Amino acid sequence: MEFPDDLLYTKEHEWIRVVGDTAVIGITDYAQSQLGDIVYTELPDIGTEFAPGNAFSVVESVKTVSDIYSPITGTIEEVNDNLESSPEQINAEPYTGGWIVKMTISNADELEKLLSPEEYESLVNEESH
Amino acid sequence: MIKKTPLYRKHLELSAKMVDFAGWNMPVTYSGVIEEHLAVRNSVGIFDVSHMGEIDIKGEEVIPFLQYILVSDISGMKEGDVSYSLMCLPNGGIVDDLLVYKISDKYFMLCVNASNKDKDLAWITDHSGDYNVGVIDKSEATALISLQGVKSANILTEISDLDISSVRHNNFRFGKVAGAEAMISRTGYTGEDGFEIFFKAEDAEMVWGAMMSAGEKYGIKPIGLAARDTLRLEMKYTLYGNDISDKTNPVEAGLSWAVGFDKEDFIGRDILIEEKKNGPQRKLVGFELLERGIPRAHYAIYADGRMVGEVTSGTHSPSLNKGIGLAYIDTDYAKVGSKIEVEVRRHMVKGEVVKTPFCSGSLKRD
Repeated sequence: MEFPDDLLYTKEHEWIRVVGDTAVIGITDYAQSQLGDIVYTELPDIGTEFAPGNAFSVVESVKTVSDIYSPITGTIEEVNDNLESSPEQINAEPYTGGWIVKMTISNADELEKLLSPEEYESLVNEESH
Repeated sequence: MIKKTPLYRKHLELSAKMVDFAGWNMPVTYSGVIEEHLAVRNSVGIFDVSHMGEIDIKGEEVIPFLQYILVSDISGMKEGDVSYSLMCLPNGGIVDDLLVYKISDKYFMLCVNASNKDKDLAWITDHSGDYNVGVIDKSEATALISLQGVKSANILTEISDLDISSVRHNNFRFGKVAGAEAMISRTGYTGEDGFEIFFKAEDAEMVWGAMMSAGEKYGIKPIGLAARDTLRLEMKYTLYGNDISDKTNPVEAGLSWAVGFDKEDFIGRDILIEEKKNGPQRKLVGFELLERGIPRAHYAIYADGRMVGEVTSGTHSPSLNKGIGLAYIDTDYAKVGSKIEVEVRRHMVKGEVVKTPFCSGSLKRD
């Protein structure tokens, strides 16, 4: 299980990579392994605004449906169109090719509430035992 | 108390993801549901289904007793035959679906769903009072491995003393598998040629190991409950609790072929004959989505602007690479080719009632 140390995390198993004013968001290695083979994604429209806790995307594996929640307040800048034809990218490369959306960060203070790699790793260890 | 099958340690060794299902801790996936599914469709897979229930019924009056509690007519079964059947309530609701094994005129075995085993046992015992029969639950002492796929016969031929080619589809024979006494049944829940092999729980790890070794050259894969579900769904094999239950009857579920309407008496007879004569109000049908999306149990189905049904099972079909499902739909809209819409969370997705099975396994391809 990988927990890259340049990312921030949420309890709902999303990761956030901060690049200037933009947050790149995806689901973690642990999340994809729990879902199993991902076969469908529903992506938001560019320009849509989301607040923390709003569902902005849906990821479906063969077995189950999972909402993906916005970790911060922001506006969708870009979505990973490749996921429409190759949703399995999320399984193969959850932290790189499997990114889901890019959002502008409206309020940088919200980033401080997110989990560090160490905090997230211990959360996963608790959940899986 | 959550129960473990005699193969529990094997699943942990194989790093299976485990879930609780019907009171059992069972493997849901090993290498991944799509890879497992395709291994069974293309070559061979091995399933631990030891959670299933096995009930022996023996005695002078076993045939009249089974004729009364089962909806099918078993009078034509020969020794070594396996037959699909159901038990119904007097109102036609389904108690369980099961396989009937005829060992002799005075000895049958029923293989029932794990989730219903205790209920079935009580139902069978409660109705056995007027008959000279004994009912024995041997589930705990019995292991059951299912070997499914075109290469399954090759594997068994290698490790069994039986002439496997002499065991025909829907038949079983007693023999040895990897040296262990076994009941070898050419049956399954996948649409592929395959076998379900019953043996003593203490032999389970040894038999599993022998099958895995003999299957290595065919790329055998262990298969979890997730792929067991997608494999059966592609064949429109019903799953108790999803597609059939005590609130559905065999006629509307498309299982009339398993009902012996001409039998003198059996539980549920009158209402099933009535249902068959009048035609059911709704029917269990297969449908596929014509647009992107995956149907799931309980999603609503619409046609002509009104709700006409509900999904009972749905998934992404690994063989067809599209969303498929089973649903009870008002009879007016249940014909093959009927256009429907499925409410997938917030939006409507176009679909169509299709012929089933959704695709053909090796049983049909041969």
